[in-house]
Amino acid sequence: MQSYESLPDNKGHFEEFGGKFVPETLMAALEELEQAYKQSKGDKSFKEELDYLLADFAGRPTPLYFAKRLSDKYGAKIYLKREDLVHTGAHKLNNCLGQALLAKKMKKKRIIAETGAGQHGVATATVAALFGMQCQIYMGEEDIARQQPNVERMKLLGAKVIAVTSGSKTLKDAMNEAIRDWVTNVTTTHYLIGSVAGPHPYPMMVRDFQVVIGLETKQQIVEKENKMPTHIIACVGGGSNAIGIFYPFLNSSTGTARRARTKLFGIEAAGLGLDSGKHGAPLARGNKGILHGSLSYVIEDDFGQITEAHSISAGLDYPGVGPEHSYFKEKGLVTYDSVTDAEALNGFETLSKTEGIIPALESSHAVAYLEKLKMAKDDLVIVNLSGRGDKDLDIVKKAGLK
Amino acid sequence: MSRIEAAFTKANQENRACIIIYYPVGYPDYENSVVALKAIAKVADIVEVGIPFSDPLADGPTIQQASQQALSLGINTQKALEAVKEIRDECKTPLVAMTYYNLFYRYGLEKFVSDANKAGLDGVIIPDLPPEEADSWLNIAKNKLETVFLAAPTSVDNRLKQICRISQGFIYAVSVTGVTGERTNLPANLADFIKKIKSITDKKVAVGFGISTPDQVSELANISHGIIIGSAIIKQMKNAVSFDEGLNNLIKLILRFKKKGSHS
Ligand SMILES: Cc1ncc(COP(=O)(O)O)c(C=O)c1O
Repeated sequence: MQSYESLPDNKGHFEEFGGKFVPETLMAALEELEQAYKQSKGDKSFKEELDYLLADFAGRPTPLYFAKRLSDKYGAKIYLKREDLVHTGAHKLNNCLGQALLAKKMKKKRIIAETGAGQHGVATATVAALFGMQCQIYMGEEDIARQQPNVERMKLLGAKVIAVTSGSKTLKDAMNEAIRDWVTNVTTTHYLIGSVAGPHPYPMMVRDFQVVIGLETKQQIVEKENKMPTHIIACVGGGSNAIGIFYPFLNSSTGTARRARTKLFGIEAAGLGLDSGKHGAPLARGNKGILHGSLSYVIEDDFGQITEAHSISAGLDYPGVGPEHSYFKEKGLVTYDSVTDAEALNGFETLSKTEGIIPALESSHAVAYLEKLKMAKDDLVIVNLSGRGDKDLDIVKKAGLK
Repeated sequence: MSRIEAAFTKANQENRACIIIYYPVGYPDYENSVVALKAIAKVADIVEVGIPFSDPLADGPTIQQASQQALSLGINTQKALEAVKEIRDECKTPLVAMTYYNLFYRYGLEKFVSDANKAGLDGVIIPDLPPEEADSWLNIAKNKLETVFLAAPTSVDNRLKQICRISQGFIYAVSVTGVTGERTNLPANLADFIKKIKSITDKKVAVGFGISTPDQVSELANISHGIIIGSAIIKQMKNAVSFDEGLNNLIKLILRFKKKGSHS
C-alpha cells in the first residue's frame, strides 16, 4: 500500500478515487494548471507573495482559541481554530489567494467560480477585485434566496452573479454551469474551484492551499499545551476546511498505540436525517461514482443519476465529496459521521451563547458534534470553526431560533 | 468491417457525407422516443442514442432540458437498452450510445457491455471519459462495443495522436470550444482542425457540436467524412405542437441534411 503522503499519483488518483473525468476540451487546461501549480510550488517568490497576502490581506495566522465555557460544558479541553476570522469570514480565502496568484501567472484575465453558501463566491470576488480580474459567480437560485447578504457582497466587489435555474438549483448545478462556462471560455478563463472536489489537480492543489490551517494549528497547540490534540472535528461539504486542518495530523492519527494519536472526525450534513433521503452525506450513504470530474462517493439513484442533496447549510448541500476523503474513509484514516439540521442549529445557538461567537451553519455541524463525541477530562479537542454565521441569520430565524 | 465503418463507406459511395443524428431516449416520453428513434434510424446513416444523465456537463440548454424531461418521466439505462433492442429489431443502422461515464460505472461496466451487446448496440461515445481514464472501460468493451473518442480544438498534438490511435469507428471532432447546442456561426479554423486530424489518421472523422443548418452541412460535407447533428433535431420536436408534427419536421430536416451533405 502506498502512503497517503505520496498521493495523488501522477494521474491524479488516490488509488481508485479522483482522476480527470472531464470533456476533452478541458484536458489541456488541466494540464496547464498542473504545470503552473508544480512550478509555483517550488518557486520562492510565489511562496513569498502568497505568504504576504495570507498575513497582511487575509489576517493569518488565525488564533487557536481556548473556549473555556464550552470546555466546562463538555468536560474536556476544547479549542477553536478561528477560520471565521479570516478576511471575508471563512477559510475559503486561503485557497482563493493561491489560485488567483496562479491565474495571474497563467495570464488569465477572467475568473469564474461556483458557490453554495456564497462564502467561496465572496472570497473569489474579493481576489478578483484584488488582482483586477473579471469575475463571474454561478450560484443556484435557491442559494441566492437563502444567502442574500453574500450575494450583495459579491456584487459590491464587482462580480457578476449568475442565477442557476437547472436541476436542484443549488451547489451541484452551480458547479455544472461553471464547468460549462469553462468549457466555452477555457483559453481566457481560470475556473477557481472552491473545495477539494473536481478533476485533478484541484483536489491536490486546494488541499495544499488549505493545509496552512493544520500547520498553524499544530504549532499553536504545541505552544499552548505542549502536546498533540486527541480529537479534531471539522465539517465536510466538499471537504476543504476538513482536509486543511486534518492533513498535518494524519501522521499522528496513524501512529502506533504508544504515540499520541489524534482522532480525526469529518462531519457531513445529515439534513432531515440519514434515513429521510434528504441529506448531504455521500460518505455515509452514497456509492462510488463520478461527478464533476472525479471518482468519489456520490448520492445517486440505482441507475447512477445524481440525486438532490439537502442541508440547512448551503455549503454542505452537495451530493458529492472530495475524492481524497473517500480514500481516507476507505483506509480508515478519518472517522466520518454526520449531524442533522436540528442538531446543527443547536450547535449554532450553543456557541453563540456560551462563547460569543456566531458560527456559520456549516461550521455549526462541527460544533454540534461535541454533543455526540465521547470525551474524557484529559482530552484535548480542536474544532475547526470554518466560518462565521452572519450570512445565516435569516435561515436561523426562519428555523425558529430567537 | 464494422457496421459503423460500413455506414461511412456507403455514404461515401453515394457521394455524400455520413449523416449522424443524436436523439435522446425518453423525449418527449419513452414510447414516442422509440417511435422517433426508429424513424430516424430509417433515414440517418448512424444514430446516436442519447441516454439522459442528471448532470450533462458537455451539453447546452436544449439537450439539458430534453434530458431533464426524460428523467422526470423515469428514463434509465435499462430502459434505454430496451429502446436500443426495439430499434435494432427493425433495422441494421449503426446505433451508438452517447452518455456520461457514471451511468456505465453504476450499471457495472461488464454488465453494460454484455447487455448492450445483446441489445444490438454498436458503440459508445462518453464525453467525460478521456483516454487517461479509459483503460478499464476499453479492456471490457474490447471486441464488443466500439468506443468513439472526442478530439477538441484545444487538444494538443500528442493528445490528438493518442485519441486518433485509440478511437474506434470514427474520431469525433468537436467543432467548437464549448458545449453542445446550435450555433449560427462555426469557427473559422474548423477546416484546419479537421484537416489536422485527417493528417494524423486514416480513420473516419465526424464533426459535431453546434451544427444546425443545411448550409453548414453543405459547407462541412467536403471537409469531414461525417457530420453529427443533435440539438437542432431536438428543437424540431420541442417547437412542434404535436409529436407527429415534430417527428415529421425532424425527418424532413434530416433528409435535407442528407441532400445538402453531397460532395461537390
Ligand atoms: C464556512 C464554511 N465552512 C465549510 C464549507 C464547506 O466547504 P468545505 O467542506 O470545502 O470546507 C463552506 C462552503 O461554503 C463554508 O462556507
